[in-house]
Amino acid sequence: MSAREAFRQRAEKQILVFDGGYGTAIQGYRLSEADYRGDLELTQDQKGNNDLLSITRPDIVRAIHSAYLDAGADMIETNTFSATQISMADYGCEHLVRELNFESAKLARACCDEFEARDGKRRFVAGSIGPTNKTLSLSPDVNDPGFREIDFDYLKAVYREQCDALIEGCVDFLLIETIFDTLNAKCAAMAAQEAADASGRDVPLMISMTITDMAGRNLSGHTVEAFWAAIRHVKPLTIGLNCSFGADLLRPHLAALAKQADALIMAYPNAGLPNELGQYDELPAQTATLIEAWLDDGLVNVVGGCCGTTPAHIAAIAKAVEDRAPRQIPQSPVLTRLAGLEPFTMAA
Amino acid sequence: MTPSSSRFVNIGERTNVTGSAKFKKLILAGDYEAAVEVARDQVENGAQIIDINMDEGLLDAHEAMTTFIKRIAAEPDIARVPLMIDSSKWSVIEAGLKCVSGKPIVNSISMKEGEEQFLQHARLCMAYGAAVVVMAFDEKGQADTKERKVEICKRAYDLLVGINFPPEDIIFDPNIFAVATGIEEHNNYGVDFIEAVRELRVLCPHAHYSGGLSNLSFSFRGNEPVRRAMHSIFLYHAIPAGLDMAIVNAGQLDIYDDIDPELRVACEDVILNRDPDATERLIALAEKYRGTDVAQEKAEAEWRGWPVTKRLEHALVKGIDAHIVDDTEEARLAIKQAGGRPIEVIEGPLMDGMNVVGDLFGSGKMFLPQVVKSARVMKKAVAHLFPFIEAEKDENSKGKGKIIMATVKGDVHDIGKNIVGVVLQCNGFEIVDLGVMVPWSEILKAAVENDADMIGLSGLITPSLDEMVTVAEEMQKAGMTMPLMIGGATTSKTHTALRIEPVYEGPVIHVLDASRAVGVAGTLVSDTMAEKFVAETRAEYAHIRDARAGKTAKPLATLDEARANGFEIDESLKPAPPQQPGVHVFDDWDLADLRDYIDWTPFFRAWELHGTYPSILTDEVVGESATNLFKDAQAMLDRIINEKWLRAKGVAGLWPCWRDGDDVVVYCENTEEHVRLPFLRQQIAKREGKANMCLADFISPDGDWIGGFAVTTGHGIGTKLAEFKAHIDDYSDIMLKALADRLAEAFAERMHQHVRKILWGYAPDEQLTNEALIREEYRGIRPAPGYPACPDHSLKPILFNLLDATHKTGITLTESFAMLPTAAVSGFYFGHPQAEYFGVARIGEDQVTEYATRRGVDLETATRWLRPNLNN
Repeated sequence: MSAREAFRQRAEKQILVFDGGYGTAIQGYRLSEADYRGDLELTQDQKGNNDLLSITRPDIVRAIHSAYLDAGADMIETNTFSATQISMADYGCEHLVRELNFESAKLARACCDEFEARDGKRRFVAGSIGPTNKTLSLSPDVNDPGFREIDFDYLKAVYREQCDALIEGCVDFLLIETIFDTLNAKCAAMAAQEAADASGRDVPLMISMTITDMAGRNLSGHTVEAFWAAIRHVKPLTIGLNCSFGADLLRPHLAALAKQADALIMAYPNAGLPNELGQYDELPAQTATLIEAWLDDGLVNVVGGCCGTTPAHIAAIAKAVEDRAPRQIPQSPVLTRLAGLEPFTMAA
Repeated sequence: MTPSSSRFVNIGERTNVTGSAKFKKLILAGDYEAAVEVARDQVENGAQIIDINMDEGLLDAHEAMTTFIKRIAAEPDIARVPLMIDSSKWSVIEAGLKCVSGKPIVNSISMKEGEEQFLQHARLCMAYGAAVVVMAFDEKGQADTKERKVEICKRAYDLLVGINFPPEDIIFDPNIFAVATGIEEHNNYGVDFIEAVRELRVLCPHAHYSGGLSNLSFSFRGNEPVRRAMHSIFLYHAIPAGLDMAIVNAGQLDIYDDIDPELRVACEDVILNRDPDATERLIALAEKYRGTDVAQEKAEAEWRGWPVTKRLEHALVKGIDAHIVDDTEEARLAIKQAGGRPIEVIEGPLMDGMNVVGDLFGSGKMFLPQVVKSARVMKKAVAHLFPFIEAEKDENSKGKGKIIMATVKGDVHDIGKNIVGVVLQCNGFEIVDLGVMVPWSEILKAAVENDADMIGLSGLITPSLDEMVTVAEEMQKAGMTMPLMIGGATTSKTHTALRIEPVYEGPVIHVLDASRAVGVAGTLVSDTMAEKFVAETRAEYAHIRDARAGKTAKPLATLDEARANGFEIDESLKPAPPQQPGVHVFDDWDLADLRDYIDWTPFFRAWELHGTYPSILTDEVVGESATNLFKDAQAMLDRIINEKWLRAKGVAGLWPCWRDGDDVVVYCENTEEHVRLPFLRQQIAKREGKANMCLADFISPDGDWIGGFAVTTGHGIGTKLAEFKAHIDDYSDIMLKALADRLAEAFAERMHQHVRKILWGYAPDEQLTNEALIREEYRGIRPAPGYPACPDHSLKPILFNLLDATHKTGITLTESFAMLPTAAVSGFYFGHPQAEYFGVARIGEDQVTEYATRRGVDLETATRWLRPNLNN
């Protein structure tokens, strides 16, 4: 059975569990520059280049994957959030992009296969594709609003390289996440589809937007409904929200999306808002309780955690969703959905 | 967030270099900043989607398209709507798609180059995530007949659905072609389109239908009225058939029912191809609307052959100033040859002509606008003669009398005063016009220095009533005895009798309108009639005072009782918080857009033509006059808009607030002091079930929202008025002021709509005609300080501070809280569906005392502010 079908079938019966944050877990290891760098010959400091650990300290990445699978995750993501030419340029690691994605995919795949071998339950690997730190929609120069640092074709090529390597490393899905710029996401999705077509495999897309203000818009200014209108042509397997704020503040925006989207909803919030030291204080039980409010309203099909969440949070979430009814995908009327920053629909 | 949705979609057409010369010029000049404003105007004026087209030979369309899209991405006001990327070149479309972050529409693709390329483009549209306009065009050419349109569109539909293109993302453009071209084969093009759409709607589920309207009326280029009518009528028939979007300038469509029935039928015959002569008939009729009538021109030329005295009379009666200087000079030379003096031109032919005007006016056959036009002609003639008369130094000539006229201190409104002045001048009075904001000292000084026969005071706002009392008191103190005439919109016989006459021993006369002014002034200077008239007026005013004193005023409730009987809103109907809270500044609103929001009835009233627009145009008595006035108004409006005589600046704010008693407290971020808006409560005793209203009642004590606005269309008016003055053209002067006032009111209406639909956004789907807007059929109210629900003008400074209105719009307030420029409106927004207008009317001393405390002023000040609501 294809990953798409297997995932769908399970989602019909239950709420699936995704993994949690990697940054917090990695911090817990208090790694040194030497740990990050390994025996690679690199000119710049690598401390903080978490994606590099997939090849320099695969034991740590494997341990985190396993902890989440142990906690009850049905799906984990590859350690490749920043593994693109653009983001790796900060560390002078552009030449490692293909390897990082390929090795990370294999690593996650191996962890899932190991768990499946134990209990016969299929685990899924989502190839993580971050937003990069460049944007197609906004000018970094306040005096020149028409200026862009990058263009669509360049960004598409950057994403394509990442997608090709992830697919080659046998991910089940491509997860375009933490989307602050809708056009970046459309570009990534196009690259992902072209990569999947080129590989001859069916690699479903998962799309996850992040909200950057309380009004419910991402950085490029789109509301969740406008975002859905702009991205639904890629027919994602899941659509949803991640990062942003905690589960409580995410709820109204999730509800707006859940009402419209005829795809599975996946959401993975932060462990609340960070305190003044940038640390997340929300306890696993608190996060789980907040997510239960989502379940009461039937808002989600897949839940996990983002910044500040730990395997303990995921375990609490897994417990909370057990035996709870998943969201029913709404029968959406045929509407012409257009969008600027705001949605525009016409009866069709 | 309420998604905007619609049945018929207006696609803005002005960001299109092929359709807008202005936009093209800006893009060619690389002025993207101004080009972005064109897009903003489109959206602010209601375009739900904006079409962007850069297909111009001199342009790098690829570069222009991407640059423009990136620029508007930085403008949330514009970027909120979907874009339509319009080009005949696929490479330009694709470049555009790479810059659009939402979901756009591609305009267009077709089977012109065959199926393969068509499907390739369609697949790319799917990959980029765009809906698509499909032109009814195939390898053989553009579809003209219904059969061809249906055949091509159906074929395209099947191909698209075959590659899983979402049918709801298909928009067909089955080609709107020009009709009434004189070529018989074109006659059925309108019907072909409409019927094709009707059939396709059944054959192609979920698809949409669009078209570019301007083609239809191509034969009538240069004849806007006919083009507008044709477009409106076409939509009227095509929309029910299934047309659901169109590239159109929404502001330039007429309401079907408002189209002249004769024109409507003729257009309908053409569009629906109802008979073979339809084209001929419309072409013949169209000329009438173009406004050049050959027969009329001939008649106009004819009078030029008449003798000069007859020509002068004709010019005066018809108000034609084109030849007046030449004719006057001719008359002067003729009289000179006969041994006469220049003054005789005035006393002879000119006064004869003015007498005809006066007779016609007096008998109701001529109306004020025409009289003012006649006066303009007269003044020009007199101006020409003046140097000759001066040269003769004729000491003996004195007119009927000399009148000092002024708008009192604190007030800036002078349309009415100017009209009266002109009419009096026409009737032989010498007018010394002191202008506006004139303090009593200057009025008295001018009266003495000019040895005036009387003084006329004017004012529009209620505080001016008090100022008039002051002038009268000072006249008394100065020992003057000359008559005082009182006029202006808020003045009344009652106020004059109760407040002004008692403080001045000389004659005080309230003059209802300009047509009475001549009679009153004439009587007052008459040796025989003045005494009797003054005595009668005195008796009448005394009677009014007696009747008033004897009448037991309707009882007042105490303030506590009134409060207990306040209006209770249904909290559940409270409007949602605004979509865009805070203060929004509009620096240059499109006047062309405001034009459609004008309420014309008050315009006619300003000219003392009474009746309701549009029926006033066909009124048996004033119809002709009203029609001519309306025509002149439209012509000036065209120039105001095209030549940017005026600039519309406005500001609107939406703030969180709550009710505290009869105050609304506006929550102000970052300050200790929140702003209190103290409102007044009705105290007239009410029947059971009727509340004692106060505007604060419409606000929830548990947190709510209130808005405010100030708009003006008066900036720039001074230059033009000075020009008119230089040309001795009172008619244009009054016309421009009256139109500016109407535009300001229209701006207030438009801004309110913008607030309801967008800024506050509680009525995003509101669709009201201008008539319905005038009837206030929308939800929410916008009471203005100084008007019945909120009678205290002194709230304006508070409102202005909240809005930073003076800084943002350039509107300043006089000491009596009149706004400058005078073409300005300000007020509050209440969004609760139960909010309604009411009059505070008379209030009690208890409320005045409390109000003084709430406002932090002494009782005397509060009493002065609230005087119109005390006692009378």
